[in-house]
Amino acid sequence: MNNQIHISFPAIPINEGVARMVISGFLMGIDPTIRELEDVKTAVSEAVSNAVIHAYPGGCGEVRMHATLDENKLELTIEDDGVGIADVQKAMEPMFTSCPKAERSGMGFTFMESFMDTLSVQSNPDEGCCVCMTKIFGKTDAYEM
Amino acid sequence: MQLFFDGNTGHLIVRMPQEFDHYMAQNMREAVDEALADERIMGIRFDFADTTFMDSSAIGFIMGRYERVSAFGGDVLICNIRPRMRMMLRMSGLQKYVTFEEECNE
Ligand SMILES: Nc1ncnc2c1ncn2[C@@H]1O[C@H](COP(=O)(O)OP(=O)(O)OP(=O)(O)O)[C@@H](O)[C@H]1O
Ligand SMILES: [Mg+2]
Repeated sequence: MNNQIHISFPAIPINEGVARMVISGFLMGIDPTIRELEDVKTAVSEAVSNAVIHAYPGGCGEVRMHATLDENKLELTIEDDGVGIADVQKAMEPMFTSCPKAERSGMGFTFMESFMDTLSVQSNPDEGCCVCMTKIFGKTDAYEM
Repeated sequence: MQLFFDGNTGHLIVRMPQEFDHYMAQNMREAVDEALADERIMGIRFDFADTTFMDSSAIGFIMGRYERVSAFGGDVLICNIRPRMRMMLRMSGLQKYVTFEEECNE
């Protein structure tokens, strides 16, 4: 099946759940396993909440989610126009967080990486952040859960 | 979310919602911390029986409550959690601070 969606929404917490619902609906057509669906929902939740929490300190801006389905391959992009990240490699390390006082654990990128097949993050200071992930459905997975 | 007090063990029981994310964490934090102010409380138990989804926000939320409870020598327990979510919590090293209970049916 081939399909595409593009949505944009303000970076506010309630839209974390909205984005998860949208992606769940989008994937219904390819009949994902429960685990595949959970993997994608988790990755979306992490990327969207990062935009909500980190991208626009003291303000609010736009978040865009693009999803493309090409047969059984999902390409997912979540982007914002916020403050961006100076050291992307450092930000992606497990347990790295710039705001431990806000009760963040620094596991967001680690979960995106574990639950999707590929993850790439493009960002520069003041140039927003673009998270691109892919996943192929219907293959036997490496981990049992 | 629901809050109970277990008079037998002195634990505040936090019945976690169906989906736990950053939005939920924001909505629950104040109520849980207010309940923790009760001086009968000896610890906290997070009951995940109803929870089918969580993201990394749960880790920060549990650690934040751990810091409060451990300040007065209390413990943090987690029960009825599904394998996927248990794995996510373990990936963050949370088992160093909290106890995963095998069985617990409240
Ligand atoms: N969209 C973004 N805009 C600006 N900075 C970001 C963005 N996404 C992530 N970051 C930076 O990367 C760091 C790591 O992100 P990650 O999601 O791994 O952890 P976290 O959000 O801090 O904690 P957690 O996701 O576990 O609650 C963040 O602390 C933040 O500094
Ligand atoms: Mg995050």
